[in-house]
Amino acid sequence: MRHLLVLLVVGGLMLAATAVAGEPTTLQQVAAVAARKVVKIYGAGGVQGLEGYQSGIIISSDGRIATALSTVLDSDGLDCVLDDGRRFEARLIGVDPRRELAVLAIEAVDLPAFTPREERVTAGTRVLAISNLFGVAVGDERASVQRGVVAAVVPLEARRGAADAPYTGDVYVLDCTTNNPGSPGGAVVDSQGRLLGILGKELRATASGIWLNYALPADELARGCAAILAGTAGSPLATSATPLDLRSLGLVLVPDLLARTPPFVESVVPGSAAAQAGLRPDDLVIAVGSRAVASCDAVQRAVGGVPEGDAVRLSLIRGGVIVECDLGPRPAEVKRP
Amino acid sequence: MIADMHANLPPNRIRVVAMLVAVVVVSTAVCQAEVDPTVIEAQRARVEAIRRGSNAAVSIFAGESGGGSGVLLTPDGYAATNFHVVQSSGPAVTCGLADGRLYDAVVVGVDPTGDLALIKLLGRDDFPCAQLTDSDDVQVGDFCFAAGNPFLLATDLRPSISAGIVSGVHRYQYPAGTILEYADCLQVDAAINPGNSGGGLFDAHGRLIGVNGRASFEKRGRVNVGAGYAISANQVRNFLGGLRSGRLCDHAALGATVSTSADGRVVVSDIVESSDAWRRGLRYDDEIVSLAGRPVRTVNAFKNVLGTLPAGWQVPLVVRSGGRRREMLVRLEAIHSPATLAKLAGGSEDGGPQPAATPTARELPAAVRERYEHRAGFANHHFNRLERDRVAAALAAVRDAQPAGPWVLAGRLASGAEFRIELSDASASIDLPTGTSTVAVDDELDRQPVPPGSGGLLPALVLWRRLVVEGPAAVGRTIFWGTAPRTPATFAAGGSADLVDVLESSVAGVVARFAVAADGRVLAIDLWCQPDADPCEVRLSWEDAAAIGAMPTRIDVRRGDVPFAELLVDPVAAGATP
Repeated sequence: MRHLLVLLVVGGLMLAATAVAGEPTTLQQVAAVAARKVVKIYGAGGVQGLEGYQSGIIISSDGRIATALSTVLDSDGLDCVLDDGRRFEARLIGVDPRRELAVLAIEAVDLPAFTPREERVTAGTRVLAISNLFGVAVGDERASVQRGVVAAVVPLEARRGAADAPYTGDVYVLDCTTNNPGSPGGAVVDSQGRLLGILGKELRATASGIWLNYALPADELARGCAAILAGTAGSPLATSATPLDLRSLGLVLVPDLLARTPPFVESVVPGSAAAQAGLRPDDLVIAVGSRAVASCDAVQRAVGGVPEGDAVRLSLIRGGVIVECDLGPRPAEVKRP
Repeated sequence: MIADMHANLPPNRIRVVAMLVAVVVVSTAVCQAEVDPTVIEAQRARVEAIRRGSNAAVSIFAGESGGGSGVLLTPDGYAATNFHVVQSSGPAVTCGLADGRLYDAVVVGVDPTGDLALIKLLGRDDFPCAQLTDSDDVQVGDFCFAAGNPFLLATDLRPSISAGIVSGVHRYQYPAGTILEYADCLQVDAAINPGNSGGGLFDAHGRLIGVNGRASFEKRGRVNVGAGYAISANQVRNFLGGLRSGRLCDHAALGATVSTSADGRVVVSDIVESSDAWRRGLRYDDEIVSLAGRPVRTVNAFKNVLGTLPAGWQVPLVVRSGGRRREMLVRLEAIHSPATLAKLAGGSEDGGPQPAATPTARELPAAVRERYEHRAGFANHHFNRLERDRVAAALAAVRDAQPAGPWVLAGRLASGAEFRIELSDASASIDLPTGTSTVAVDDELDRQPVPPGSGGLLPALVLWRRLVVEGPAAVGRTIFWGTAPRTPATFAAGGSADLVDVLESSVAGVVARFAVAADGRVLAIDLWCQPDADPCEVRLSWEDAAAIGAMPTRIDVRRGDVPFAELLVDPVAAGATP
């Protein structure tokens, strides 16, 4: 109880009591030491509300960097800027599509690195979140530091646009506004600077639609990174906003000439998934899964948002009757050869 | 986007204070049992800090144009707020304090570029106020709290408190067009919402470290997203003199733009050839090493330093060019022309504070009407009068110690040769080894920039004597310009500069600026015979710092980069002629 009170009242000051000799003792020192292990990542984006920057954490002294799998990485020219301002070209080593993680490599040595804390913490744990939020820090400017509390440890039920988040395991839900543009890939550390988790992509809660502030726990991060480095995490699937082309399902809609062209089927490629599911020319697509669609463009976007491995289900109007078609699991697409 | 204050939300009683109260209640309940005394002490200190911040917090209500927050800086009621809070309020706003009382307030000065404004609450001379501290000492991770009027909730006038930590220091936030730039600002995760604008950001001791004004409002609507920005206390201090002058204040431009070179250095990528920086020798591709005493390693760092400086200050600039390190003193120019600034400040070309602000547009409270004077180039000229009179009083306090008749300053140059200066109401002359020069004191002074090469030393000394003997009213049209660093050396250590008052006089074709110490001594004179050329810079110093009222013992004269003379005044020979 007394310890809890100390936490409540003096926050960072209590660190002095528990820190081991040689370790950072004040909140300021913890923030400074931990921030050296956080990098700014610059890649694709800068258009249509998609930021071209995010965060990453150094997980090995020889330049391995964990980050969130996002459209930012969909670039041939990835840059990492370290806390000291040094800029490195980064190479994508691999991705974990389920946990939405990626590992990058830069040609550097003797970097300060995080060791993920494997055991979970409980709700009520004080944390610091360190990230490149809003891209406000550039060059040798230190990443932004926020403080908060783990509010809950619960399974992630979230979506981005039409797509449900593929990861449904436990996350740390935080009581502070940590998950902003630029934050994905940032570090969540405890009061001694130990890595508790990695800030996830910007997601909304499925139930309420509100933006979630959360982190993937460090044990999941460690497993994801290990799988990526072992090559067992899965294929580096496309990360663009509309990764799946309708044509790969064998579905050809009428030419998209208007702002909201009604999504009538123009033709179906023989032998394709669409043909096997029984689609026919002149069918009008009205829904993809549970999502209503009113234009060719909307169909493309909705199908593009179906996660790899999930079924692609279409609702159609054919001769005044609603027809359901199941095109089977969405095929994986390999973006880079 | 800017956290401007046009919040039209219904009043809401939810308070962050409640959370703090809860902590107090919990701690009170538990401390009956057994609590570490350091915890009790830390909590007591925190309660005290928040009490101090709350007492200095101002809730600003600007009628139909919304409102916001402010923070009291002096017992006589001067309070800082954001420019965008009073941008369309007119000269009068209504302010509430934590004591539950309403006060009339008048807009004193505005700085549109830096989003700062100064108002004065009326009716007391014992307002509780905040203590400005050195914001360069603030560290990431420091406890901080904001006291203000988010969503204009303070219907009972007691401020809302939101606590957090400092998330970043020396941040740069781009301007909207050319105004509302946040340079070298503090980033906090304490909730900064619409209505917090202009309110104080305080440290763990309740000292003022910044003025809240902006947040990263992007995807999630106009509510706190965990990233708020505050104008640093040091920037506020730099502009306080200009704000008190009632002038429309502008920020500094170097006259050169910089960019990052391929090898990561910050280099000059463009430069205006009419700028002082060009005249001092700054050239394309020169590497910027430091500005105003602060190292520059990134373009952002350069913008951070420049963005906190008022136009007109002279600051040290260190560059590396051709493998050589050079230090120069650069006089910073203004970002905007006076007409543009006036338009930005309020829409009217001549610079009344606001278009709706002409006193006829709205009936002003009597106390404000007495303290508001419309004049081109000013937000409120009334306060310029006050400040000019204050400096005049400091000058007058030492007047009796000065000779009233003609002055003689004689002694030796650094070379050993003799000099003699005679100044009187009717004539002025200077004998130098290079010859004798005189000034016809009643003629246009801009045509007499003598001695040759000095840029106008003798006219500067004539005006100096007139200022000391007869006061500011005798030196043409004289305004209180603001404050400036005592010497460039006060920048050397970075941090906040040692500031002295500056008067500006336009008289007989010349413009002169006088730096006046609090003890009434004139420390420096800059005199322009031509507007865009180098002024004659005269620096006065005293061997005995306590010898107030005595003649200076040393006069340094330079023009541009070229020292003209070092005059070592013989104290025995100096004084009134018999």
